[in-house]
Amino acid sequence: MAVCIAVIAKENYPLYIRSVPMQNELKFHYTVHTSLDVVEEKISAAGKAMADQRELYLGLLYPTEDYKVYGYVTNSKVKFVIVVDSSNTSLRDNEIRSMFRKLHNSFTDVMCNPFYNPGDPVQSKAFDSMVSGMMVQAS
Amino acid sequence: MADEVLFDFLHMEMVSHVYKEQKSSKGESDSKERAVCVSILEGMGFRVGQGLIERMTKDSPSFKDELDMMKFICKDFWTQVFRKQIDNLRTNHQGTYVLQDNKFALLTQLSNGKQYLEEAPKYLAYSCGLVRGALSNLGLESVVTAEVSLMPSCKFQVVIQKL
Repeated sequence: MAVCIAVIAKENYPLYIRSVPMQNELKFHYTVHTSLDVVEEKISAAGKAMADQRELYLGLLYPTEDYKVYGYVTNSKVKFVIVVDSSNTSLRDNEIRSMFRKLHNSFTDVMCNPFYNPGDPVQSKAFDSMVSGMMVQAS
Repeated sequence: MADEVLFDFLHMEMVSHVYKEQKSSKGESDSKERAVCVSILEGMGFRVGQGLIERMTKDSPSFKDELDMMKFICKDFWTQVFRKQIDNLRTNHQGTYVLQDNKFALLTQLSNGKQYLEEAPKYLAYSCGLVRGALSNLGLESVVTAEVSLMPSCKFQVVIQKL
């Protein structure tokens, strides 16, 4: 399960970021921020080379010593970033995909909420609880 | 069958509500107020377009380029909203697109010919907003205008604003 989940707007500012408590929050913000360069690189590369297999899921962005960072970009260029613990080796690619899919579905619901202003930070409770379900339960 | 007309009815009521609202607050309606109404409807469409495109593109692969996005608007988006595809898409490959619909759903209830030609823009403002909202959420800022020359057919001109 994830230790940090972030939603980043088209213009690369955070719409939503949540990490497990009791750990250094700033470190996660930093990790997510650094991942944006890799996301950018993947998007522009995908435009040229892999014209056929244009997927929203970007795969593993980069591994660090302690964490693995996965990325996903919607057609509206909103980025989702999920950080998982490297020690958690049982986590498969499929599970990560399904987490992103859930995240995307939930974000779509937020976008279609008439009380939500596109571009504002996400404050939806439904979104919040969905994210909580995907986070590591801090023991 | 019944669910097909719901949007049509809602749209009709929306247009008449917005116009009535403006009229009752000011009395006479002049060209300035008409512009206000059009921009209100356009704004409503814009927000809806943003939400709609977010939902529709959820399962589609990412777009290759601008033309790819326009094709999506003409086919999938149009089918979902207006139950038919755009009949003709033309472009100058420099950011200008003309979308022609020979039997535009929101105009089919108005009698053909010249009788209601002046009223037609009212019923197109919302759709212009829809298209602009959808494109804006896909990352293309645009200006969308519509024109009618012969009743049930209409043309939307989309001009992409290059940064």
